Amino acid sequence: MRDTNLKTASLPTEIVDSESHSSAWPPGPAGTPLPLNAGEVGGSEILLRSRWRGVGLFVICLGVLLLSALLAVAIGAVPIPLRTLIELLYTRLMSLSLAVSTSQAFETILFEIRLPRVVLTALTGAALASAGAAYQGLFRNPLADPYLVGVASGAGLGATLALVLKLPTTFLGLSAVPLGAFLGALLTVVLVTFTAQVGRTTPLSTMLLAGVAIGAFASAFATFLMLLDPDGLRRAFNWMLGGYTAGGWQPVGVVLPYLVVGLIVLQIHARALNVLQLDEEQARQLGLNVERVKLILVAAATLMTAAAVAFGGLIGFVGLIVPHTLRLLGGPDYRRLIPLSALGGAAFLILADLIARTVLAPTELPVGIITALTGAPFFILLLRRVKRAVF
Amino acid sequence: MTELLISKLSAGYGSRLILHSVSLNVRGGELLALVGPNGAGKSTLLRVLSGVTAARSGEVRLDGANLLRFSPARRARCLAVVPQLIHLPEAFTVGEIVMLGRTPHLPLWGGEGRKDCEIAWRAMRHTQVEALVDRRVDELSGGEQQRVVIARALTQEPRVLLLDEPTAHLDLKHQIAVLELIKSLAHAHGLAVLLTLHDLNLAALYADRVALMDEGKIVAQGAVGEVLTAERLSAVYGVHVAVSKHPVHGTPLIAPVSRVVS
Repeated sequence: MRDTNLKTASLPTEIVDSESHSSAWPPGPAGTPLPLNAGEVGGSEILLRSRWRGVGLFVICLGVLLLSALLAVAIGAVPIPLRTLIELLYTRLMSLSLAVSTSQAFETILFEIRLPRVVLTALTGAALASAGAAYQGLFRNPLADPYLVGVASGAGLGATLALVLKLPTTFLGLSAVPLGAFLGALLTVVLVTFTAQVGRTTPLSTMLLAGVAIGAFASAFATFLMLLDPDGLRRAFNWMLGGYTAGGWQPVGVVLPYLVVGLIVLQIHARALNVLQLDEEQARQLGLNVERVKLILVAAATLMTAAAVAFGGLIGFVGLIVPHTLRLLGGPDYRRLIPLSALGGAAFLILADLIARTVLAPTELPVGIITALTGAPFFILLLRRVKRAVF
Repeated sequence: MTELLISKLSAGYGSRLILHSVSLNVRGGELLALVGPNGAGKSTLLRVLSGVTAARSGEVRLDGANLLRFSPARRARCLAVVPQLIHLPEAFTVGEIVMLGRTPHLPLWGGEGRKDCEIAWRAMRHTQVEALVDRRVDELSGGEQQRVVIARALTQEPRVLLLDEPTAHLDLKHQIAVLELIKSLAHAHGLAVLLTLHDLNLAALYADRVALMDEGKIVAQGAVGEVLTAERLSAVYGVHVAVSKHPVHGTPLIAPVSRVVS
């Protein structure tokens, strides 16, 4: 038996050399347990092995994501034949300028219109789903979604203000609506967080209530502004339902850093999210700096969500059902759930957007309608099949 | 040998003071039972030691170091807590829950290595939950959940173990089982164990020493026979109590005396 006397750091090493370890529970009064630093460790392979759980699901999600992206760039008003598509992607990836053989039109459609839209959709879906997973974990509430603490109403107010005031400003190359939505979302969450502070702590229940109150105020104010300006009403409503317009690569460049940084921060804190599932008191007793973790998670999730809604509008449901679906399939460990949600959210939103722009072509439906119409029945089906608590 | 020294510790919530200048010491290898009526401050004392509630004044020294100034992680490496109400997230497995005990030893982003798994596995063997490793915690009985939480506490490799009412929701068999487990852990590993108990007879039977609390103060502490006397218990609990001898072990056997039953 190897490692039998592996010294552990802080436990006193009073070795009781006894193997009288009865397998029956409760042990008799005479049953002396093994000292903590001795005894069989062969079984610990079981614990080590569980680290590889979910790798298969990860590969499947990645496959689905790539497949849906390929599908989404191929299908549209002008379908691109698969062979041409692969040739175009290959030559561009290899930075070969031999693409003269294929049509210039295909190349423009692919690289200037469809690909940026698909990539932006993927980034948005990834941001919403992983932020949703983080919020569900942080608030230990299965109903939590990325819009829980005021992001949506804040973004809505910001966007409405930009529309109603007809702000022509462009700042850092951003047009007024995304900028207004982004700032509105951030300011609202900052306000909610400060409102909810009690001494040096931020109780989550207070934060939730502050989110509801400030959110209601922002929504009401946005509605009031819209009523003053009927044209703004239609455009603001359109924005809120969510959807993508041709914006080229520029929005991708804006959203990408927020997604990357946010995802890294969430992944670093994924184990802390697991600990938080116990409850705040136990988490503290296990050595977690709960207040700091809370604020970091809210900040990361908010930045990701704000960047996503700035360009995509208030797309509902992605941040709710994608994490839950993956929880059903891959278990509750946030170290798996965060990256799986990012992949799943990206794939789901790409497919939803594909449906939104093809099903009634040339009319485009708001993608938020599609996410709810397709996502809800699928999720209900899944819930019915797994008849046990998943959260 | 581990020594936890609590001196003149006061704490409370808001303007209300719950602990009044509590002094107590627990040594490695011994099991100290904290008894007393509801609201005496037993749980508050544990909460101050585990860093959940702040102390107003006083000092706690663990082997000479000032425990109240420890960072949460450093504290959790020396001191583990088994709470009274065991709340476990239901979709997690036993192995996953026990592994959370490694949290104070790992960096925030760190994964568990082979050594962490071995430490957790040994803790699971000591509490005999290794056969449950892949079971979901919501499928377990109350007694099994308690052992899982004790395994998680041992996985922290603590020197001090605090338990709040570890027998509260268990039947007689499991009450005995969990106290024997805790006692053998204290003796075999030199753990300093501080636990609160409502059942005075269990305290009399299993504690190496006992401390009686009332209204935020330690009324008496010392050997079981010296502290758990009829006069003192009658005064503190406000009911008439008779004390005799355990027929087998000779420890105090405490029985309430009724005014109604003839």
